[in-house]
Amino acid sequence: MKLVTAIIQPSNLDVVQKALIRKGIQGMTVTEVSGYARQHGHAEVYRGAEYTVDFIGKIKIEVVCTDANVPTVVEAIVEGARTGQVGDGKVWVVPVESVTRVRTGETDAAAL
Amino acid sequence: MIAFEIDSGDTAWVLASAALVLLMTPGLALFYGGMVRAKGVLNTMMMSFISMGTIGVIWVLYGYSLAFGNSVGGLGIIGNPLEFLGLKGLMAEDAVAGTVPALAFVAFQSAFAIITVALVSGAIADRAKFTAWTVFTIVWGTLVYFPAAHWVFAFSSEDGSVVGGWIANQIQALDFAGGTAIHINAGAAALALALVLGPRIGFGAKPMRPHNLTLVMLGAALLWFGWFGFNAGSAVAANASAALAWVNTLVATSAAMLSWLVVEKVRDGHPTSLGAASGIVAGLVGITPAAGSVGPLGAILIGILAGVACAYAVGLKYKLGYDDSLDVVGVHLVGGLVGTLMIGFVADPASSAGVAGLFYGGGLDQLWRQAVGAFAVLIYSFCVTWVIGKVIDMTIGFRVTPAEESSGIDLAEHAENGYILSSVGYGTYRGVQHTTVLEAGDLPPSASKADEKSNA
Repeated sequence: MKLVTAIIQPSNLDVVQKALIRKGIQGMTVTEVSGYARQHGHAEVYRGAEYTVDFIGKIKIEVVCTDANVPTVVEAIVEGARTGQVGDGKVWVVPVESVTRVRTGETDAAAL
Repeated sequence: MIAFEIDSGDTAWVLASAALVLLMTPGLALFYGGMVRAKGVLNTMMMSFISMGTIGVIWVLYGYSLAFGNSVGGLGIIGNPLEFLGLKGLMAEDAVAGTVPALAFVAFQSAFAIITVALVSGAIADRAKFTAWTVFTIVWGTLVYFPAAHWVFAFSSEDGSVVGGWIANQIQALDFAGGTAIHINAGAAALALALVLGPRIGFGAKPMRPHNLTLVMLGAALLWFGWFGFNAGSAVAANASAALAWVNTLVATSAAMLSWLVVEKVRDGHPTSLGAASGIVAGLVGITPAAGSVGPLGAILIGILAGVACAYAVGLKYKLGYDDSLDVVGVHLVGGLVGTLMIGFVADPASSAGVAGLFYGGGLDQLWRQAVGAFAVLIYSFCVTWVIGKVIDMTIGFRVTPAEESSGIDLAEHAENGYILSSVGYGTYRGVQHTTVLEAGDLPPSASKADEKSNA
């Protein structure tokens, strides 16, 4: 099993969600986060004082899936989140040792 | 005091206006509260609200008498504090102010005293000890506002039996609703306090963005609404002068909002909502002294100038290095000066004040009167406020600790949080270490005892 984590533009969440559903991926966890990488902050101006806001609001998506599903999930996210602009985000995959469904106690693949 | 017939229409309007003006203080609390960071929203709002407590009480006890009592020694400096001590004698049938009961005038003017003190708080938002500020409201009201109100608002009676303030009667500066006594006064005090307390931690280095501009917009809306009572009510009658003040309060404010936004669009590239809200307040401040003495076209000119001047003046604190957190100096001092001095140019003899400014062939006569009134209040307020601030700072301390300021003044001073939006309940009752299902023996001794008592 793998954990697929992605940081994407908030405005692309809808498209990513649809892409995942279309490819049969059953669930996801979403968190509002902020940060920066190559896309630097944006400027805001209050009573003439200009500020650069370093940390930009982003969406973090987490999906736990079977090894076989990893390419599908990554592909769906990349497809949904890409606009071609700096700041579209990143996707990374890490191994997961075990998964347990709280309600039934099922483990691993059965719990996904 | 000469007894007149009480006019029910005038009385109704003055009482309604009094309520409108009182609403401006919670409006100001929202206007200021939205402009600070989220961790200081409650303290900032409380600094305005507390003025409704302290000033409301001392106004009745002795404030009204200091401001509107017969001038001590006929000097026009301060009213006799004993004359209306505790509003003594004002329930009598012949206690009138013009055509309204004296108590209606007491009510109307109380709201002015309250908001003037609240205005000052914006300069030191996010770093003042709440108790120190509370003490300051009482001392400042007593030593600065009540005298200034006496100078500007207390008119001598025609037969000379009652002597009023020196600016209103000797200098004869025109100040319809408080450009000098309120806005220049609050703005100069704000500058003094900002200098006494020093800047917020990180001022100029760290961005301190307004955390909720919708609150600021709501506050500006309530201020404008209440200001119709502030200005049109200052006619102390439901008459043509009140109607003129109402129209001027509309059009000067509209013009100031537009001119502030034009400055922003040209200078910064974007017209902002904070700019619109600020322009509204700048226009209201500018027209306050002039509302009864200029025509609507003069009001538009005052509004445009106030909007432009204040839009530039709010940048001065970065250049000069004083931290007037919410721009009380840039908006109230500068806007008050623009309005007060512009009367000398655009006072219209057709208005109820009947005075001609420079542009209406009146020469420089009214302009110097306006300047004397404006700068007298400015200098007095700045000096006395600086001394009051220093004394409070050296005795009980005016600032919270740096740690409290950094982690958030709301928690330090009020033990509260402005926004608890998380659905996760992290809290427990005091004395209980963790949120868990408790057995009887798990409670700490003090809580167990309380539990036994409640069971018994």
